[in-house]
Amino acid sequence: MAFFVSLDTLDQPTTAKEIRHALKSPRTRKSPAAPPSDIPPALWERIKDHPCYSEEAHHYFARMHVAVAPACNIQCNYCNRKYDCSNESRPGVVSEKLTPEEAYRKIIAVANEVPQLSVLGIAGPGDACYDWRKTKETFARIAKAVPDLKLCLSTNGLALPDHVDEIADMNIDHVTITINMVDPEIGAKIYPWIFYNHKRYTGVEASTILHERQMLGLEMLTARNILVKVNSVLIPGINDAHLSTVNAEVKKRGAFLHNIMPLISDPAHGTHFGLTGQRGPTPAELQAVQDACEGGANLMRHCRQCRADAVGLLCQDRGQDFPISSIPEDITYDPTKREAYRAVIARERDDHRQAKHAAAVALRDAESSARILVAVATQGGGRVNQHFGHAKEFQVYEASAAGVRFIGHRKVDAGYCGGGGDTALDGIIKALAGVEVVLCAKIGECPQEKLVAAGIATSDAYAYDYIESAIGDYYADRYGLKQLALRA
Amino acid sequence: MAMKIIASQCTACGACEFECPNAAISVKRGVFTIDPKLCTECNGQFDSPQCATVCPVDNTCVPA
Repeated sequence: MAFFVSLDTLDQPTTAKEIRHALKSPRTRKSPAAPPSDIPPALWERIKDHPCYSEEAHHYFARMHVAVAPACNIQCNYCNRKYDCSNESRPGVVSEKLTPEEAYRKIIAVANEVPQLSVLGIAGPGDACYDWRKTKETFARIAKAVPDLKLCLSTNGLALPDHVDEIADMNIDHVTITINMVDPEIGAKIYPWIFYNHKRYTGVEASTILHERQMLGLEMLTARNILVKVNSVLIPGINDAHLSTVNAEVKKRGAFLHNIMPLISDPAHGTHFGLTGQRGPTPAELQAVQDACEGGANLMRHCRQCRADAVGLLCQDRGQDFPISSIPEDITYDPTKREAYRAVIARERDDHRQAKHAAAVALRDAESSARILVAVATQGGGRVNQHFGHAKEFQVYEASAAGVRFIGHRKVDAGYCGGGGDTALDGIIKALAGVEVVLCAKIGECPQEKLVAAGIATSDAYAYDYIESAIGDYYADRYGLKQLALRA
Repeated sequence: MAMKIIASQCTACGACEFECPNAAISVKRGVFTIDPKLCTECNGQFDSPQCATVCPVDNTCVPA
């Protein structure tokens, strides 16, 4: 496989003398830490099967959202609650609202068919804590039928303090609070009004109340040892410079994870921001804000901003495969598939972890100063296992001597083979800006040539390898000492 | 004196149903309606009709 020569090689030692010197310098060998090294074992036990809370788990486990709580107590400028479209993929959008009884049947149907299912979430449209009776009824019914399903909910926080004790009683172990600001002056630009204590509040007053309730709810949850993820919508020009402060404040109060998501804005969505032309951030702006928060609360980088009725692995949404009209009235839970899957995954994960460790060693041993972005086409399982033309998103990793680091995903509107063809390819090339190489299970000659012409290498030489192994091997092949010795 | 819901604009979120202090709002096949015999426009109960105050779509809960 021929790779084009990138400017990165200019940083590498190229003379035999330099390479010999590099070989002599002592290597700092660390003993292999039991991965994931940065998470205490007791906490790992709680998050290891949760695709949203654990980046590793998202390769193996699936979530399901049910839209049972459509009522909301605040208005956000990025939300239009009239919207309902099966072609849209973003938070707050659903095709069918369900009663708790319908939701119960749908969850059972999905648990029977989707063995990866590990998490049930109630995440809008609306607010799970404000529309509490429906949230509670849904969770209570399913906890009885499928006791090992993890329950989680998403809230704006305004009604949260009223329900924290019930949340703890019901073993809801994961709560997400959307916190876009800790400064009500900024909040006033995001929230036109809130409904609280039977009154509508507007402006800074509204955001002051919301902020106080969010912080109180967060503190109450963490005091009860409930894991809290904070979601923040990055709105350029409004809270971009503010989110590192939000990160510090929520970390101080015990938030486990911070998920900074790009604003999704389009006039067609009918949101206030869409109609006023407020733009969303570019991938580079998003990464800059995320990087500015490094060292604070842990960042979630694998969020797909999924629909409020999403079903399946994060990289796929099977929400439309289970319309309520197709589900029988009397459906019973059959745990066979989920149990079989879990047994396989337990073995697979050990194997994967060893492969990750080996990849980290390979990168370190390459002793290169190259820092590159690699895009991967995957359909789950943590492997390079998707055909380039079928990929609707690429997972982007950074590879350097420090190891393989997951950066985020890049969505493409249509796959190359999904009827998109050359138009889609232009979009894919744009989405892959900054990426050095695309690793996939297979790629045709035509798209490959065009990508190379655009400065993006491709390879299917690592098909079906674990993602980290593939990246480690690519990196070692491309930048490793042996390669450099050959070139010198 | 009663409120009504403009059905064509209603998102059927149901917030008005549980905020109504008079249990005047009900839903049939996804359509929310206000029983004018039970609605008081929240006079003497709250500063403003609760349905209109919580409704996410302007001018959807209006005086009949």
